[in-house]
Amino acid sequence: MTQKLIIIGNGMAPGRMLEHLFEQAPGQYDVTIFNAEPRVNYDRIMLSPVLSGEKTYEQIVIHGDGWYIENGITLYKGHKIVSIDRAAKTVTSDHGVTESYDKLVIATGSVPFIIPVPGKDLPGVITYRDIDDVQAMLLAAQSREKAIVIGGGLLGLEAAAGLNSRGMDVTVLHVMPTLMDRQLDPAAGYLLQRAFEDRGIKVITKANTRQIIGDGKVEGIELDDGTIIPASLVVMAVGIRPNAAIAKDAGLAVNRGIVVDSGMQTSDGDILALGECAEVDGMVYGLVAPLYDMARIAASHLAGDRTPAFVHSDTPTKLKVTGINLFSLGDFAEGDDREEIVLRDATAGVYKRLVLKDNRIIGTVLYGETADGAWFNDLKKKATDISEMRETLIFGQAYQGGSPLDPTAAVAALPDDAEICGCNGVCKGKITATITGKGLTSLDEVRAHTKASASCGSCTGLVEQLMTITLGDAYNPKAVQPMCGCSELGHDDVRRLIKAKGLKTIPAVMQELEWKTSCGCAKCRPALNYYLVCDWPDEYADDYQSRFINERVHANIQKDGTYSVVPRMWGGVTNAGELRAIADVVDKFEIPLVKVTGGQRIDLLGIEKDDLPAVWADLGKAGFISGQAYAKGLRTVKTCVGSDWCRFGTQDSTGLGIRIEKFMWGSWTPAKLKLAVSGCPRNCAEATCKDIGVICVDSGFEIHFAGAAGLDIKGTEVLGLVKTEEEALQYIVALTQMYREQGRYLERIYKWAKRIGLDEIRRQIMGDADKRQAYYERFVFSQKFAQVDPWSERVSGKDKHEFRPMATVGYPEAAE
Amino acid sequence: MMGMDMNWIAIGDISDIPLRGARCVKTQQGKIAVFRTAENEVFAIEDHCPHKGGPLSQGIVHGTSVTCPLHNWVISLETGKALGADNGEVRTIPVRNDNGALSIALESLMMAAE
Ligand code: SRM
Ligand SMILES: Cc1cc2nc3c(=O)[nH]c(=O)nc-3n(C[C@H](O)[C@H](O)[C@H](O)COP(=O)(O)OP(=O)(O)OC[C@H]3O[C@@H](n4cnc5c(N)ncnc54)[C@H](O)[C@@H]3O)c2cc1C
Ligand code: SF4
Ligand code: FES
Repeated sequence: MTQKLIIIGNGMAPGRMLEHLFEQAPGQYDVTIFNAEPRVNYDRIMLSPVLSGEKTYEQIVIHGDGWYIENGITLYKGHKIVSIDRAAKTVTSDHGVTESYDKLVIATGSVPFIIPVPGKDLPGVITYRDIDDVQAMLLAAQSREKAIVIGGGLLGLEAAAGLNSRGMDVTVLHVMPTLMDRQLDPAAGYLLQRAFEDRGIKVITKANTRQIIGDGKVEGIELDDGTIIPASLVVMAVGIRPNAAIAKDAGLAVNRGIVVDSGMQTSDGDILALGECAEVDGMVYGLVAPLYDMARIAASHLAGDRTPAFVHSDTPTKLKVTGINLFSLGDFAEGDDREEIVLRDATAGVYKRLVLKDNRIIGTVLYGETADGAWFNDLKKKATDISEMRETLIFGQAYQGGSPLDPTAAVAALPDDAEICGCNGVCKGKITATITGKGLTSLDEVRAHTKASASCGSCTGLVEQLMTITLGDAYNPKAVQPMCGCSELGHDDVRRLIKAKGLKTIPAVMQELEWKTSCGCAKCRPALNYYLVCDWPDEYADDYQSRFINERVHANIQKDGTYSVVPRMWGGVTNAGELRAIADVVDKFEIPLVKVTGGQRIDLLGIEKDDLPAVWADLGKAGFISGQAYAKGLRTVKTCVGSDWCRFGTQDSTGLGIRIEKFMWGSWTPAKLKLAVSGCPRNCAEATCKDIGVICVDSGFEIHFAGAAGLDIKGTEVLGLVKTEEEALQYIVALTQMYREQGRYLERIYKWAKRIGLDEIRRQIMGDADKRQAYYERFVFSQKFAQVDPWSERVSGKDKHEFRPMATVGYPEAAE
Repeated sequence: MMGMDMNWIAIGDISDIPLRGARCVKTQQGKIAVFRTAENEVFAIEDHCPHKGGPLSQGIVHGTSVTCPLHNWVISLETGKALGADNGEVRTIPVRNDNGALSIALESLMMAAE
């Protein structure tokens, strides 16, 4: 029987636990997750690369929304659990949702520690824990002003480096004499400080904060010695505390963290805890490797196998700041019973230190050159006696026995149980065996099957070397991702070949490009259909059976099999006549819900499929056409009231929006396309998070593109400024056509732009008048065939069969 | 179905269903989806996805499978079983094709539905 499993917290530990659980005991639990953060599970480790701009949020999502759907998980986003009732076996969220459980897992992570100084609550003082903190820092960084980071540990330094690379003037305050004093010895700490100072980051050690000053918002910090440092942003990164409050309130045993046994069970037999909030054997953890161990053990426990038990092991620390290589592991305090081996190369900025006890490595600090970290880790883990190689040990593995080896050879020489991926605890043998056993050929596959290099990514190079060793020339790191299982070709190759070979039907594409299945699948067919519609607008006959149901019947399917209908309301403008017609349709067909959408128009929901043609007929009489709210095509053009009404309006934004919508409706695009026009930079039409947006200014029209406000949030990029409405329309149309011709199916404009490069797009659209004109003309040509209202076509009888059952049988009388 | 006669009920002609498409038949026990593949084979299954009840007749038909329109489960038309990583099964309905004239065995469905 399925049992109810509730998880509090949706961080890295429980995410991993569920992967193990679904593998080990599929279907055993019906899972519900409450997450205080309003989002899916993402790779918290990678926040710093997002801050520095090396990654985007979308690239660090671990489980996208689809994963929860596929696994039948109910995820309450933005619900914080406020109480656990152990007697009733229920939990209750701050929004008042109560759910009952058979098993409960607490995975609430940590809370950042806030030093209790005056001014700590001022706006502008933030911590560094989640993506919202990163957003706040990015926002603050736009000012290019001064920032202070309190805390010279891992998080503080990553925050400082990120803010610095975003153009802020950063000072790091650290209370101890050297940076990262918990992971590095003073020598390495000194080198690290110098590396930060070289980047223009000020570092003040032995700095005690007396108070944060400011009137209404942060203005600076006063140190104990009276020094005042001005700043408009203060990031506190001084440490974390296990987040155990709700467990304590519920009467569970709590010490520093929630006390669990080696099987992750709390003092209540039906409640488990794992992750940073848990305390095992007196230890709490702040790096993912041990948490992933806990995840494996908790999953096994939930699946009914209580044998695996948690054992402590040291995890190496690395700093994810590009250009700074450091590695630290284990115990490196000095002591009478310890010896050390040190290597310094001042010109190269290299420092290495091994701490030995009884001829065995117990601690390692590497700065500047960290390639041998994995090897030292392996020697330490296995407590290898190093007396034989003492003389050359510090030079690394390559120097053991004979001449130096090439880098692949060093990896090849590692034993099978050497750990390659520290975050996920994956050893070499597992990776090579999985590559051969499962016939893996791409890095993504290796990540999916072994998890190696799937977290912080610092071992990606090693994993790629292993792939080269295992696969030889068969491994090509740049290999493309095939469209789907039906073909070896990627989207770009398919698009290119459709043009080059003049392929004009789906069967022709499948034949010529050697499709492996007889008639494709639900992934490739809609993509091919789009490519053909786009490339041969006049010649290609749209393949109806290769479209998703929404595009086939021009309405949105609902969870209960009914449909919703959204008529176009040009630029969000309507009038009494239109509203009256909608009201009549609602009454006549007893439409259960009428809703104003986020796209400035009206949605009629819950219409029976058989009624669709009649509904459209009535709407059509009032002048409505389909709003294409279902299409991978032009959706809406939102507008604001603009210069006609608004005291700030600089141009007729409403008029321009309507003009664009009337020009572009009906066009198919790789993914949906949403536009907006705002009358001034106050931006009431939210144009700066759209696929394409216009901000009207006194001097003309600023065209924006590549924004996102759905699964991802991303502000737009500026394409350029044009002077007239005429030009605005022309440039927008040309940009759309460029995207239509190059985008991969389902790739929104912001992803396409990232792939192609913003400068390239600006060059072609803003800088090259001939290209722009040619794009524009191709769009205009294809509109001749696209601007046919699908509703009126169907009212006139097209695709009749869709809307009627084939037969009605088994009723005593023909019921209908 | 033991010892019971199949009760074949005519539902129409194969040409009523588009190639790589489906139509549904309304019965008292619910809708049945009748599919026609690219190779002209005909299959009938309950129009109810084992995942969350999505109308399978509205999905995309490829090979001898259909992809559900709601969350993309792929269901085998031959066995009614979900393919790939998903688990679930929908009832298949016997269907007969006499030179294009289609009929389904409804009796067995009615019995089973009780
Ligand atoms: C009706 C509406 C919600 C509302 O009541 O306001 C809506 C409803 C749906 N949205 Fe939306 N979205 C609606 C505005 C938005 C907006 C806001 C906007 O357009 O300004 C967004 C954020 C902007 C964006 O597009 O990114 C939005 C981002 C999404 C996404 C995420 C897309 C992404 O790439 O990140 C999806 C999922 C998808 O497309 O795969 C989605 C998908 C859907 C679907 C089609 C889900 C589905 O596949 O069945 C919903 C259809 C319900 C229906 O049958 O009507 N909807 N959706 C809005 C219709 C606007 C319109 O008039 O056409
Ligand atoms: C910037 C940064 C860089 C890092 N770099 C590294 C690194 O390089 N290597 C490494 O190994 N580790 C690193 N870490 C640490 C690593 O991210 C954490 O150890 C790990 O994410 C902890 O996982 P968790 O599941 O225990 O908790 P979390 O991932 O913190 O998840 C806990 C979740 O529970 C939610 N929650 C809390 N209370 C409630 C409640 N009452 N109800 C509902 N939800 C609740 C929270 O909102 C949160 O989303 C880094 C951390 C940060 C912040
Ligand atoms: S309408 Fe949009 S946001 Fe609302 S549930 Fe559907 S997809 Fe999600
Ligand atoms: S209902 Fe069919 S896949 Fe979800």
